[in-house]
Amino acid sequence: MKLAEVRNLAVGIVVALLAIAVPLVSDGYWLSIATTAMMYIALSTSWALFSGPTHLIALSTGAFFGIGGYLVGTGMSDYELDFWLMAAVAPFVAMFLALLIGLATLRLSGVYFVIFTLGLAEMIRNLVSWIQNNFLGSRGLYVLTDFTDAHIYWMLLAVAIVVFLTGWWINRSRLGFALRIIGNDEEVAKHVGIDTAWSKVTLFMTTGFFAALVGAIVAPRYSYIEPNVVFSPQLSFLVVIMALLGGVHRLWGPLVGVIPFTLMWEAITIFFPSSTTLFLGISFLLIVYLIPNGFVGMFESGLARLRR
Amino acid sequence: MDILISGLLLGGTYALMAMGLNLQYGVARIMNLANGEMLVLGGLSAFWLFTASAVSPLLTAIIIAPLSFIGNWLIYRYLLLPLVRRSKNQGQLEVDSILATFGMSFALVGVMVSIHGEYFTYSYLADPLSVFGSTVALNRAVAFVAAVAIGGALYFWLNRTYAGTAVRAVSVSAEASGLVGINVDRISAFAFALGGAVTAIGGTLISTFITLDASIGVLFTMKALIIIIMGGVGDIRGAIIAALILGLVETAVATIVDPGLTLASAYVIFLAVLLFRPQGLFGRRTT
Amino acid sequence: MKRRTLVTGVGKGLLAAGISGLLVTSALSADPIKIGVVEHKTGPLAGGEVVTHTPNIELWVSQVNARGGLKVDGEQRMVEIVRYDDKTDPAEHIKAVQRLATQDEVDFMLSPYGTGFNIAAAPIYAKYNYPLIAVSAITDKIPELAKRFPNMFFTLGTTTGFVEGVRDTLTKMRDAGAIGNKIAMVNVADAFGIELADKARPILTEAGFEIVYDKSYPLGTPDISPVVKGAKASKPDAFVAWSYPPDTFAITEQAIIEDFDVKAFYTAVATCFPAYAGKFGSKINGSLGAGGVNPDTPAMQEYRKAHKEVTGKDADYWASATYYASLQILEQAIEGVGKVDRAATIDYIKNNSFDTVLGAISFDENNNSERYWSVGQWRDGVFRAVADVGMGDSVAAVAKEGWN
Repeated sequence: MKLAEVRNLAVGIVVALLAIAVPLVSDGYWLSIATTAMMYIALSTSWALFSGPTHLIALSTGAFFGIGGYLVGTGMSDYELDFWLMAAVAPFVAMFLALLIGLATLRLSGVYFVIFTLGLAEMIRNLVSWIQNNFLGSRGLYVLTDFTDAHIYWMLLAVAIVVFLTGWWINRSRLGFALRIIGNDEEVAKHVGIDTAWSKVTLFMTTGFFAALVGAIVAPRYSYIEPNVVFSPQLSFLVVIMALLGGVHRLWGPLVGVIPFTLMWEAITIFFPSSTTLFLGISFLLIVYLIPNGFVGMFESGLARLRR
Repeated sequence: MDILISGLLLGGTYALMAMGLNLQYGVARIMNLANGEMLVLGGLSAFWLFTASAVSPLLTAIIIAPLSFIGNWLIYRYLLLPLVRRSKNQGQLEVDSILATFGMSFALVGVMVSIHGEYFTYSYLADPLSVFGSTVALNRAVAFVAAVAIGGALYFWLNRTYAGTAVRAVSVSAEASGLVGINVDRISAFAFALGGAVTAIGGTLISTFITLDASIGVLFTMKALIIIIMGGVGDIRGAIIAALILGLVETAVATIVDPGLTLASAYVIFLAVLLFRPQGLFGRRTT
Repeated sequence: MKRRTLVTGVGKGLLAAGISGLLVTSALSADPIKIGVVEHKTGPLAGGEVVTHTPNIELWVSQVNARGGLKVDGEQRMVEIVRYDDKTDPAEHIKAVQRLATQDEVDFMLSPYGTGFNIAAAPIYAKYNYPLIAVSAITDKIPELAKRFPNMFFTLGTTTGFVEGVRDTLTKMRDAGAIGNKIAMVNVADAFGIELADKARPILTEAGFEIVYDKSYPLGTPDISPVVKGAKASKPDAFVAWSYPPDTFAITEQAIIEDFDVKAFYTAVATCFPAYAGKFGSKINGSLGAGGVNPDTPAMQEYRKAHKEVTGKDADYWASATYYASLQILEQAIEGVGKVDRAATIDYIKNNSFDTVLGAISFDENNNSERYWSVGQWRDGVFRAVADVGMGDSVAAVAKEGWN
C-alpha cells in the first residue's frame, strides 16, 4: 500500500467512527437529519460507482429503492414475514433485475440510456401496482417495527461503509481499471480485450443491490408504504443531482455533495417555510452557476491554489 | 373504431406535450426538466383567466404563446446560454442543463403554488362530439386539431423554409452549422423559445380536460422525454409518430386487455423500440 | 433560557429575519402557545391538503385569538402556528416533525394530511408525548396502531366503514326499487384505492350485488374514457369508483360526455370539494361520493359561515369539518387541563367528551371516535350525508336522474 492510500484509509476510519457516534450525541433532530443524509450518501455513492466511470446517467434508483421498500412492505404486511428476511431478499431481486436491465441497455448511449432507465422505472412502478391490485390484494402496507431512527441510521451507515469499501476495492481491481478505460473510450477498451459488457453490467448490478437494500432499511422509517412514494422519480433525480453536485469522479465526491445539500435544504426549510420549493429551485440554479465543477472541483482547485 | 378515434386523440395530446421539448432538446441541446412546469403554467393561465374573467382557453392559448416565447427566450439567453458556452462537451452540458432546469422546475412549482395551490379544475367544451359513431369529448378533439395544426406548421416550416433549414442544420451539427455561417446561438435561442411557446399552448389546451395542479409537471416532463427519445431526438416526425403510437397502444390495451396496464404497456413499447432501434424511430445513429 | 425559535404567524408571513436562521416574534402579554404543523405545500397531496386542512387552521387560530387566546395557567395565551413544508416527502416530514418537537419545542402539534404521513409521524409524536388527533387517516389497523401509539386518536373512520357505507346506501336504494343489483366498480391502483376495492369485493358480493365490471387504472391516467366506456358497456345499475382527486374529476366529466346514465354514481375522494360542484354545476345533482355532512345543525351552519368569512372559501363537505373538530378537541382538552401538560392532555382526550362541530365526540378504548359520515350525495348544491356510523342523521339517498 502506498502512503496516500494508508492516509486515505485512516481518514476513512476516523470519519466512520465519528459517524457511528452521531446517535450517541443527538437522538432527536440532528439524528433525523443525519439519517436522511445517510440514506442519500449510500444511494448517491452507489449510484456513482456505476455512473461515474461509465458516464451513463441512470435514473433507475427509484425503481430499485422502491423494490426494497415494497418487498419489505408487502412481505411484512400481507404475508407476515420477518423484516430481516425481506431485507435480505430484496437486494437480490433488485440485482437480478439490474442484470436484465444491464443486458438490455448495452447498446444504448447518452440520453437514450438516461430516458430508458426512467421509462423502465415507471414501467416497474405500474406493473407492481397492477400486480398488487389484481393478484395480491392489500390491506395497506404497514411496516410497524420497534426500530428507532438510531437503528435505521446505523444500518444505513453500515450500508454506506460497505459501499465505500466496495468502491475502494473496485478502484484497485482490474474491474476499476477496465471501467476507467471504458469511460474514456469504449472502442479502445474493446480493442485491448476488455469485456466491456460484463464490466458495465456487474457495476450496474452493484448499484441496484445497494439501492434496494437502502429502500428496505428505510421502509420501517416510513411505516406505511405507498407504491407512489417509494417508487419515486423525484428520488431518482435527487440522487443524481446530489452526486453531480459533489462530483462523480472521486469516490468521496457524492459524500461531499450530499452533506452540504442536506444542510442547505434544511436551512431553506427553516428560512422560507412558506415557499421552500421556490427557494430550493433558486439555490440549485446558483450552485450550477457558482460551483461549475461540483464541490469536489471547488475543493481540489482550492487545494491546488493552497499548494502553489 | 372507438379505439382508433380515442387513441388518435390521446396521441394528439401526447404530441402537444412532446413537440416543444423536441425542439428544445433536439436543436438547443437542452434537456429541459422544467418543460412540464412550463406546460402546467400554460394550464394555470387558462384556468385563472377562465375562472376569473371567463376568458376562453383558446384565446388564452393565443395570448400565452408570445408571452411564453419571450419568457423562454430570456431563459435561454440569460440562464442557459452561459452554460452552453462554458461546457466543453455535450456530456458536460447535459449535466449542467439537468441541474439548472431541475432548479427551474422547482422554482416554477414554487411560484405556481403561491398563485393557486388547489387543483386547476374547470369545465370547458366538456361536451360530447360524435366522430364516425364514436363519442369523444369536444375539448379533446379541439386539442387534437391544434396538435395537427401545430405539428403540420412546424413540419412545413422546418422543411420548406430557409429558417427552418437552418434550424435543422443546427440540430444535426451545431459545429458544422457555425462553419457555414449560421448563427448557432440565435437559432438555438429561437428554437428553445418556440419550443416553450408550443408547450405552453399545449398546457392551456390540456388543462381543459386533464385536472392539473402546481406539482404535476414532472409527469408531463417524463412523458415528453419518453416520446422524444422513442421518436428519435431532433426529428419532429419521430415525436409525432411516437405520440400517436403511445396513444393508440394505451387506448387499445385499456379497452381490450385491462385499463390497469395502460401506462405499463406504453413503457413496454418504449423499451421495445429502444431495444431494436437504440437511436429511436427516426434518430440518427451517432458514434 | 428560552430557546429562540422560528415562528410564523398565520397569514402574517415572515415577521423578521434573524441571524443563523432563527426568528423571534415579540411576545404579547403572555408567551404564546406554540402549535406546530408540517404541511405538504407541493407534491401529490398538496392539492387536497390546501382544501381540507389549511383553511381550518387559519379559521381556528383567528377565532381563538379573537377571544384573547387559550385559558392556561389562569391567564389568556394567544396561539401561534409554526409550520414547515415537507413537499409530500416522508423523510422530510419526519425531519420537520423532529424539528418542531426538539428545536422549536412547540407546545402541541396538529395532525398531517394523509394516512401514510400520520403513521410515519406517529412514533415521534409518541416519543415526545404529543397528542396526535389524526383526521386524514383512514385505516383498518386502528386497534393495533392505538396500542402502539397510545397518544394517537382517530376521527374519520375505517376503510371497512367506508365500504359498508357504500354497501348500505346501495342496498337501501335497491330495496326501494331505485336500482338493480349490478355494480360496475373501478379503482385507482394506488394504496388507498386498492385497499378499498379489495374490501369492497366481498362486502358488496355478500350483500347480494353482482360486480359486472371490475378494473383498476393507474394513477395519472391521462385518458379515462376507455374505463368509463367499458363500465357503461357492462350495463350496470350502479357505478362505484374508488378514485383520487384528479381522476374523480376526470371520471365524472367522461361520464357526462358519454351520458353514462346510472341511478347510483359514486366517486370517492374529492367529490365533496366545492370545486367539484364548481366544475360541474347542477349536472352532478344526485351524485354520490365519500364523506358528506349534515348541513342543518346550527353548529355546522355556523362553522360553514365562519369558514367562508375568514378564509374566503367554502369548506369541503367531508373532512374539513372533522379537521376543525380535531382542533376544537385539542382546544377544549388544553383548557380542560388548564396548563401546558401534554401527558395530561392525552389523558383528558381519552376520558372526556367534546362538544364539536360534529356534535359530541369521545374516544373508545381504541382511541377511535365511532362517529362519522361515510357517504354523501349532492342535492341542490349541498353534499348531504346519506350513510354514517354513529351519527344517525343521514337522509335516504335518491336515484340520480341523469346528467342535467
